[in-house]
Amino acid sequence: MNLTALQERARLYQQVRVFFAERGVLEVETPALSQAGNTDPFIDSFSVNTGSGLRWLHTSPEYPMKRLLAAGSGDIYQLCKVWRKDESGRRHNPEFTMLEWYRVGFSYHQLMQEVAELLHGSIPHLHKPPRFITYRDAFLESLQLDPHIADETLLAACAREHGIHIDGDMPLQAWRDLLLTHCVETAFPPDQLTFLYHYPASQSALAKVHESDGQWVAERFEVYLGALELGNGYQEQTDVTRNRHILQQDAQARGDGIPVDERFLAALETGLPECAGIAIGMDRVLMCRMQVTDLKQVIAFSWEVA
Amino acid sequence: MATYGANDLRVGVKIIINGDPYTVVESDFVKPGKGQAFTRCRVRNLKTGRTIEQTFKSTETAEGADVEDRDMEYLYTDGSVWTFMDSTSFEQLEASEAAMGDAVKWLKGNEKCIVTLWNGVPLQVTTPNFAELKITQTDPGVRGDTATGGTKPATLETGAVVKVPLYMEEGEILKIDTRTGEYVSRVKA
Repeated sequence: MNLTALQERARLYQQVRVFFAERGVLEVETPALSQAGNTDPFIDSFSVNTGSGLRWLHTSPEYPMKRLLAAGSGDIYQLCKVWRKDESGRRHNPEFTMLEWYRVGFSYHQLMQEVAELLHGSIPHLHKPPRFITYRDAFLESLQLDPHIADETLLAACAREHGIHIDGDMPLQAWRDLLLTHCVETAFPPDQLTFLYHYPASQSALAKVHESDGQWVAERFEVYLGALELGNGYQEQTDVTRNRHILQQDAQARGDGIPVDERFLAALETGLPECAGIAIGMDRVLMCRMQVTDLKQVIAFSWEVA
Repeated sequence: MATYGANDLRVGVKIIINGDPYTVVESDFVKPGKGQAFTRCRVRNLKTGRTIEQTFKSTETAEGADVEDRDMEYLYTDGSVWTFMDSTSFEQLEASEAAMGDAVKWLKGNEKCIVTLWNGVPLQVTTPNFAELKITQTDPGVRGDTATGGTKPATLETGAVVKVPLYMEEGEILKIDTRTGEYVSRVKA
């Protein structure tokens, strides 16, 4: 237990609440235990046996918050605990605090500006203005390779060239993820926010996509301080058919029977307003604010001793 | 032998990579928010001592290496193998020249060593941090010269050659740091 960390966390949350109160964004709460789970292929939910059947602990409040948006809530934010199975390390704890917010009528570019304002207010030693770079340019800059065009063989050769030893075959996107985490992110400037945007369209999740320089890209961004990923934002996909398709495709790829959130899809049928949204890992923001390198230093009791 | 999931590859875990035993010296969980998770490790080859980077997919497993450290006493050598004895079970094991490495320079008999075994066979020998050995050959000393800090080579009773201060004489005993191979002090007879 580190008293300074507790105090800094309390101050950070106060600042966040003032930030949104000044902008007229409403604080909301949604259930943490849901009858449906997250179907994202790389995020695993904890399940809980309840008196009324199996439920899943949310990995982000995205689905119920979008139900609120579809019901006409307007701008909303939520500061809550979320859970992700098997994510543990210096920058991961299976239970962590997320700040998620949605701005109706915002473009993802506007949202990136607002995210920068919030983070500059939360991390006092940040002075340099943020850097905005596309997924493609970031790969070109650090690896001289276009991630939209390069195939598995080329990506694997590039990994080898950069001293990464990994056995066996992987799908295309896993090779991109490998290079992103091992080479691209690590080259981000340590004293400046980096907004990485326009992911390959296959990585859109529930973000809109568009064609740019002959490639379909997702209107999705991630924000980093140095190599530390802090948040993931979208121009929210409002087309219910496309959202349904992605959820079903992911659920099928998982093959573990996790149910698609039909209430979420039904709400989208009634019309999700055009909006942009983001989820930020607040424990990591606190790490940056306190300039420490291990999540354990900012959590009262980490997973191992919880 | 146990197999380890990528999540279990913590510091100190011993695994097989390409047929060789390795120990994990650094381990980091990396994962893009919406993507494949990896365990990024630095691993040391227990045969060669070389450290490399090895990354594992979150779904990957690694075969555990049957490696153990045992406290053993060095007994003798016939020049091709070095014999050690387990101080509690009295079991005797022979270490090859490759397993001995630099340890041959510092052992004359009865030292308590750590013998690292892989599948029951000595893989590596760690000697005590300090050895006390007699000089068998060195050029005549410069008496009284304790200030200049100059050194000269000296051959020890084990055959090792180390740098010693100019005033050290044949027949004297000195203390060596076996981790660096450096002279520490003179041992009063």
